[in-house]
Amino acid sequence: MSPSAPLLSVERLSKRFGAFQALDGLTLELAPGEVLGLVGPNGSGKTTAINVISGVYSADAGSILLDGRSIGGLPIHRRAHLGINRTFQVPKPFRGLTVGENLEVAAVYSRADRAEIGKCLEFLELAPLVGREAASLNSAQQKRLDLARALIARPRLLLVDELGAGLNPVELQRMAQTLTTIARSGVALLVVEHLLGFLRELTTRVVVMDAGREIFEGSLEVAARDRQVIDVFLGG
Amino acid sequence: MPRGGWYSVGVVLLFALLPFVYGNHALLFNMMMYLVLAQGINVLFGFTGYLPFGYVGFFGAGAYGASLAILLVHLPPVPALFVGAAVSVLVALLLAPLLRLSGAYFAIASLAASEVVYYIVSNPHLVSLTQGPYGISLAQVYNSGASYATMVVVLAMALAAVVYLRNSHMGLALQAIREEPISAGFAGINVVRERTRAWLLSAALAGLAGGAYAWHVSVFYPKSVFDLNISVFAIVFTLFGGVATLVGPIVGTLLLYGLYNWIGISQPEYFQLVFGIVIVLLVLFLPNGLVSLLRRAKIHVP
Ligand SMILES: Nc1ncnc2c1ncn2[C@@H]1O[C@H](COP(=O)(O)OP(=O)(O)OP(=O)(O)O)[C@@H](O)[C@H]1O
Ligand SMILES: [Mg+2]
Repeated sequence: MSPSAPLLSVERLSKRFGAFQALDGLTLELAPGEVLGLVGPNGSGKTTAINVISGVYSADAGSILLDGRSIGGLPIHRRAHLGINRTFQVPKPFRGLTVGENLEVAAVYSRADRAEIGKCLEFLELAPLVGREAASLNSAQQKRLDLARALIARPRLLLVDELGAGLNPVELQRMAQTLTTIARSGVALLVVEHLLGFLRELTTRVVVMDAGREIFEGSLEVAARDRQVIDVFLGG
Repeated sequence: MPRGGWYSVGVVLLFALLPFVYGNHALLFNMMMYLVLAQGINVLFGFTGYLPFGYVGFFGAGAYGASLAILLVHLPPVPALFVGAAVSVLVALLLAPLLRLSGAYFAIASLAASEVVYYIVSNPHLVSLTQGPYGISLAQVYNSGASYATMVVVLAMALAAVVYLRNSHMGLALQAIREEPISAGFAGINVVRERTRAWLLSAALAGLAGGAYAWHVSVFYPKSVFDLNISVFAIVFTLFGGVATLVGPIVGTLLLYGLYNWIGISQPEYFQLVFGIVIVLLVLFLPNGLVSLLRRAKIHVP
C-alpha cells in the first residue's frame, strides 16, 4: 500500500522492439518520497521501463499517469518540465562541456541560481571538478554528474538506472546516503539495481521483473524467499 | 564586451578599412562572403552537429529573393536583402523536417534539397519570374561601394550572432544538444525547437550573404549562386579553423581562402591538388581544426 496518493501510476505498459516484447503489461505505482526498487535479470526490461516512463521511447500500449494526468504522448522536455527526470545506465553527460556548464544547461529551464548549482555540486562531491571537462571524469564521477544534472531540473520523480554498478564499497555507501536524502526531500525514486545489498539501504519495497512482466511485488526479504524470483535469478 | 566581441570588431574594422589601402576589392568582398558563410555553417554544425552540404541553397535563395524583390517589386537593394533573407528562412522552414535525419543522411538530403531549389529557379518555364537559366541582371542598381559596405554590415551581423551563441544560454543549450540530445531534453530543453532556431538563423545568414553578393556582382547565373563549391569551401574553411568557436572559422577562412586565391592565380594547375591535400591533412591530423592546437596549449579560444 502506498503511504499517500500515487505520483506515478503505470498501467499495463507494453513495448516491443521488432518481434521482441521488451515490456509486457508492466504495472506499478509510486508515491511522493517513496523509493521503489526495480530488479530483474539482464534483459528483463528494467531500462526499457525507465525509457518509456521518461519518454525516450513511446509505449505501444498502456498508460503512464503523473498526478493522475496522462503523460504518455509528451516529448522528453515536457516530461522534464512536469518533474520527471532520470540518470542513465551508461552516463550521458555533455562530454565537451565542463562540469559547471553541464549543470548550467539544466539550470536554464528550472531557473536554479548559482547558489543552488553550488549546493548541488557540493552535495554530489563534484565541487572540486567544476571546471573539468565532463569527458575527463571517471565513470563514478560521471554517474554523479548525471544525477546532479537531473537534480538541478527539480524532479518530483527520479528514475535511476544502476547507479551502484562499478562503485566501490565506500562510494556505494555514500550513494545510498545521497539517494536517501533525495527521497526524504519528497522526491519519488524508482531505483533499477542489480546490487541488492545497496538497494536494501534504500528501501524494502521492490518489483521484480522477468521478460517484461512483473513477477513479484512486495518486500525485498519476502522476494528473497520467493520460489519464482529465485528461479528467475538462478536461471538468468 | 562579451567574449569574442573585440575580435569581431577588429575583423569588421579590418574589412571596412582595407579597401582604402588595398586595391583587390573583389578578393576582400569574397573573403567577407566566405566569412559569413563559414559562420553560418558554424552556427549549424558547430552548435548542433548538423553538416549541411546543401548550404549554398540558402545562399542562392537569398540571391534570387533579393534580386527579384529589386526587379519585380522595385525595392531598393538594402530592404531587398531582407526579403532575400526571408526567402532563405522560408526555404529553411520548408526543409526543417530534414533535421529529423541524422549524420550522413542529413548531409545528403540537404544537398539534394539545394539542387531542387536550383532546378526550380533555373527552370526555363519560369523565365517570366526568375529569368530561368539566363540569369539576373541588376545593372540599374549596381553600386560597388554601397554593396561592399552592405557586406561589411552583414559580416558584423554574422559575427554578432556567433558571439551571442558563445555567450548565451541558447548557445550553451545548442552545444548540449549536439553533445547528448537526450540528456538535453532532460535538462528541460526543447531540442526540436532549438535546433530549428539554429537552422533558421544559419539560413538567414546565408540569405543575407547571397543578397549582398547578388547586388555586388549584379550579373549572375543560377549556376553561379547555387554552385556546390560554395558549400564545400565554406565547410572546409570552417572545419579547418575549428567549429563552435568564433575565431576558428575566421582564421580558417582568412588562411585557406588566402592560400587558394594565391595558388589559383599563381599556380592554377595545382589548385585541385592543394585543395585535396589540405582536406586530407585536416581529416587525418586536425579533426577539430586549428583552434584545437591552441586549446591543447591551454589557450582559451573565444
Ligand atoms: N532500442 C532497442 N532496440 C532493440 N531492442 C532493445 C532496445 N532496447 C532494449 N532492447 C532489448 O529489450 C530487452 C530488454 O532490455 P533492457 O535494456 O530494458 O533490459 P534491462 O532489464 O535493463 O537489462 P540489464 O540489466 O542488462 O540492463 C533486451 O533484450 C534488449 O536487447
Ligand atoms: Mg538496463
